[in-house]
Amino acid sequence: MLGAYLPILLLVIVAIAFGLVSLTFSSLIGPKKKSALKLSPYESGCEPVGTARDRFSIKFYLIAMLFILFDIEAVFLYPWAILYKKLGVFGLVEMGLFIVILFVGYIYVWKKGALEWE
Amino acid sequence: MDMITIPAVNLTPILPEIILSVLAMALLLINVFVQSSKKTYLSYISFIGVVGTAVLVGSGWGTHIESFSGAVVQDNFATFFKMIFLLAAGLAILIADQYMEREDCNHGELYPLILFTVVGMMLMAAGTDLMTIFLGLEVMSVSLYVLAGFNRANTKSNEAGLKYFLLGAFSTGFLLYGMALTYGATGSTRISVIATQAGQMGMSSGNILFLAGMLLILTGFCFKIAVVPFHMWTPDVYEGAPTPMTAFMSAGPKAAGFAAALRLLLIAFPTLQADWSQLLWVLAVLTMTVGNITALRQDNIKRILAYSSIAHAGYALVGMAAGNSTGTAGILFYMLSYTFMNIGAFAVIILVGKKGESNGNVQDFAGLGFKHPMLAVAMTIFLFSLSGMPPTAGFIGKFYLFSGAIQKGYIWLAVIGVLNSAASVYYYLRVMVYMYMKDPTEDFAWTKVSAPIALCLVLSVAGTMVLGIVPSIILQYAQEAIKLI
Repeated sequence: MLGAYLPILLLVIVAIAFGLVSLTFSSLIGPKKKSALKLSPYESGCEPVGTARDRFSIKFYLIAMLFILFDIEAVFLYPWAILYKKLGVFGLVEMGLFIVILFVGYIYVWKKGALEWE
Repeated sequence: MDMITIPAVNLTPILPEIILSVLAMALLLINVFVQSSKKTYLSYISFIGVVGTAVLVGSGWGTHIESFSGAVVQDNFATFFKMIFLLAAGLAILIADQYMEREDCNHGELYPLILFTVVGMMLMAAGTDLMTIFLGLEVMSVSLYVLAGFNRANTKSNEAGLKYFLLGAFSTGFLLYGMALTYGATGSTRISVIATQAGQMGMSSGNILFLAGMLLILTGFCFKIAVVPFHMWTPDVYEGAPTPMTAFMSAGPKAAGFAAALRLLLIAFPTLQADWSQLLWVLAVLTMTVGNITALRQDNIKRILAYSSIAHAGYALVGMAAGNSTGTAGILFYMLSYTFMNIGAFAVIILVGKKGESNGNVQDFAGLGFKHPMLAVAMTIFLFSLSGMPPTAGFIGKFYLFSGAIQKGYIWLAVIGVLNSAASVYYYLRVMVYMYMKDPTEDFAWTKVSAPIALCLVLSVAGTMVLGIVPSIILQYAQEAIKLI
């Protein structure tokens, strides 16, 4: 019974080993050019210390909204993929319609220039 | 491998919705691919689409088709309301282009959004499942939030959009909570099943869960149709939204709210009729009185019509409180009349107004009767109808609503309604006084009646007068429509 979990144990061991090995070797043989910016804590590209009420570009808002929209599309694709064979042609057509409708939105967004950063 | 059996799907009941959705998506794409600053062609395409859909919807009169396992139905009730929505959308499309051009916000997205709103309203009227109704309400509301804030450069329009969105989202919460409680009490979201469950298990006001569900659902709809005390958003939103959209908003979505509320109250909650009938009695009195009295003190014509629209929701609630065939048929008739007279009045407001939403006070109508006699006559007809004078549609509508209340034994409700109606004459007449009895201060040279607006005015005047003089042609359809309920 427990034997079924052996592959997972192996995966965990390989994953830990991979992390350890690559970190060790890169610290041993990699070139090091230290600078203030490089040594500061990582904060997703933002200043790690500063006011929390920083303003950021409104463009992020648009991108985030579009991301959610098309992300949800993928969420709906998963249950369909699992039942793909049972749903047959009907499911295929329905999903095709769903994607076509979202694709219309994608073309609209693209032509409107909402995907351009500048 | 066992296949999942798909229930038989009959697309006939939602064919109008499908056509309008596809048309709306096509218009979105046409709008971005055709490089043209003029959007008039989009208004023509969508107008033709609306007329075509109306023909299709009308041809379904007299049929009764259920589909999607009873979640959507095509019956006379839905057909009657769908025709009202299409009429409101068609008239709004006719008056939109000139206004949007003048206000420099002629973005092509306007027309797809109107069509999507119509799709949502249609689903609300045709839905026989709480989920379908909710879906329709959301499609309608989300499009309307954008339409209210459509004039992006105008801060008032922005305010309208944001206010409508925040309060609308809040009220949707009430509605959904009520639906959840109703589902908890009866175990189904299907309206017919709710009714049979409630009947078999003897659920009436003693069942708190069921009663609370009905009350919360009613609250949600009261927000949408601007019933006092849930009306606070209405004046600001109606004033700030682009005028053609105010016209559309006050006619279509209000009718959609009544359609869904009527179907729910009469089919799903007949066991609670004693409760909701008394509740609506109070709400009707409050709505009529607050709407009319507040309108007396307004100067901005859009705000006057916003408060008047609250009062008119109150008149329609009188018919709903009665809940009998005269009252409910009266609501159907009244919603149709209101669409004609209100959108017509807004068309005149658009013509009198100037760029930047200015020139919208009652005083600015001074002398319109001398400079543009035809326009003033049209406005007079709409205002007479709104105040309920014979021989216009507004009179007949109110007549049936109030006689419904009297048949039910609500004499006082009818009396209060008539008194309110008399009070409302003051602020409608005020506009007429300015049009005919004051000297013109301006030359109204900017007032140019384009062909689409002229068509809208002719249709509205004709509708208001025909419904007032020979109401029986439409009334028999209205009575036919409520038979299924």
